[in-house]
Amino acid sequence: MEKKLKVAIVGPGNIGSDLMYKVLRSEKLEMAMMVGIIAESEGLQRAAGMGIPTTAEGIGPLLENSEVKLVFDATGAKPHTAHAPLLREAGKIAVDLTPAALGPYVVPAVNMDINLDKDNVNLVTCGGQATIPIVAAVSRVQGVAYGEIIATISSKSAGPGTRQNIDEFTETTAKGVEMVGGAKKGKAIIILNPAEPPIMMRDTIYCMLEEEGDPDAIVASVEKMVSVVQTYVPGYKLKVPPIIDGKLVTVMVEVEGAGDFLPTYAGNLDIMTSAAVGVAERIAEYIFHQ
Amino acid sequence: MKAVKIIDSTLRDGMHSVSHQFTIEQMEKIATALDEAGVYAVEVSHGDGLGGSSIQYGFSLHSDEEYLNAVSKVLRRAKLAILLLPGIGTQKDLAIAKAAGVSVARVATHVTEADIAQQHIELSKDLGMESINFLMMAHMAPLDVMLQNARLMESYGADAVYVVDSAGFMLPDEVADRIKAMKESLGCKVGFHGHNNLGLAIANVLAAVDNGADFIDSSLCSMGAGGGNASTEVVAAVLDRYGVTSGLNLFKSIDAAELIIPLKPKTDEDVSSKLLLGYAGVYSSFMLHAERASKRFNVDARDILVELGRRKVVGGQEDMIIDVAYAMSRNH
Repeated sequence: MEKKLKVAIVGPGNIGSDLMYKVLRSEKLEMAMMVGIIAESEGLQRAAGMGIPTTAEGIGPLLENSEVKLVFDATGAKPHTAHAPLLREAGKIAVDLTPAALGPYVVPAVNMDINLDKDNVNLVTCGGQATIPIVAAVSRVQGVAYGEIIATISSKSAGPGTRQNIDEFTETTAKGVEMVGGAKKGKAIIILNPAEPPIMMRDTIYCMLEEEGDPDAIVASVEKMVSVVQTYVPGYKLKVPPIIDGKLVTVMVEVEGAGDFLPTYAGNLDIMTSAAVGVAERIAEYIFHQ
Repeated sequence: MKAVKIIDSTLRDGMHSVSHQFTIEQMEKIATALDEAGVYAVEVSHGDGLGGSSIQYGFSLHSDEEYLNAVSKVLRRAKLAILLLPGIGTQKDLAIAKAAGVSVARVATHVTEADIAQQHIELSKDLGMESINFLMMAHMAPLDVMLQNARLMESYGADAVYVVDSAGFMLPDEVADRIKAMKESLGCKVGFHGHNNLGLAIANVLAAVDNGADFIDSSLCSMGAGGGNASTEVVAAVLDRYGVTSGLNLFKSIDAAELIIPLKPKTDEDVSSKLLLGYAGVYSSFMLHAERASKRFNVDARDILVELGRRKVVGGQEDMIIDVAYAMSRNH
């Protein structure tokens, strides 16, 4: 049997619970602990009911457990800022799903290779995970002077964290479009749509090229990138293939969730948990091959 | 005598009519004339609010900051206002606006999404600005949902909440019901912003005033997305005849409107698109984008608009126009 990396999840909310189902399915990760702060919380009880060791005492017991090598933090920016130095001291790798962004931004399909040895990586935002791969695919062919992304998600899938800190989304995603996507300048817009039944997450990516590029090469690069993202986000789909109009490239994607714990329309949450597992699996391979 | 305050949106909503291309000189001239006409506030921003300059909505000729700094210098009596849509503009934009002399912050969300505006409304108040906020596409939510969202805005510190008929879809009795319910349900002031897509902008202003609206939006010569707003100069005349004090001077309003005539876009003569926006309940600023997509993908703009209405698209989703037009062109 293949060796599995022992992991823990901090934050047994919607994201943490969805993540748990994905970890349980992974061939490279073993769900070693679910960490919360409220014993009666639904998330902790669900994990315990499935035979997973749990604690309601925060990350203290986790820090003492030397077997757990990697920790997903699905709490919030403030708690993660407190957890990060403690996890580092305890020799654990942190995969940060919060907006804290203490470590480098990681998008598995784009820049995993250069971040395998980091002790803390951040997953940007859901919009970033969906759109940065496309910006990167275009900028591999032709320089992108300006990358702009529009993320539209269903109102139902936007939790209070996103709603009360909506600027964090636009600012962080724009930075990711530049730093990971390779655009000289980035901009991000988020729109919540309350339609019933809830819409799938859809994203539009506009790239303004520095010079006109080879259309066939751009289309091929984008299609290849979509298939890489699909290896860890099965519901990721190219909705409108690159429309190239002089220097402007327009691409649209749609993300359908896997429906592990969250409903399928919550593709925006699914892409975060899928990317987190994608990152952790790559790190597991890296550790075991060392 | 009943009194209302007029906020003129020629230099914000009217930006849609000129694809966000007003020059600084045009803005200064128009703002000066509006100041003399007696409007309560002059709204200046990209058509989609601060930070709206983008591929999605169109780039503006100058930055919001440059426009605001210029207009701020020419206003003597009128307040300077901005529009901000959380998700597009940020709190940083609000701080820049304050530094440029803005004293009225208008934060706008879709009618069901008021809670994304909490930080922005609170910051407006912390910065000492008057906080006048928009519930856009009001026709899309049942009355009770709209009121819940209005109360949320009030709880964040709003001085006023607007019923915004972004699609120019509402009939006068619908405006009356919503304004009346808002007045009954809120302690803060209430306003109305309409669009003339069905030719009802002025009738809707009267319905709003009849039911206690404290603020009315207008624009010179109906400049604005889709069929535009209620004309400032017509509002001046009609409210005067209606016995309502608006603070507007009729002749000065007409003088201001005359500055606009040479700037009016040709698309204003096109009736079908604006009529269909109002009929299908589609966000007014989609009009010019739909017409462009219609040419680019060789499909009928009317089909695009009706399909967008069917899909319940909300404000800001201009990219859906490309999505829909592209899909239609493939099905031909």
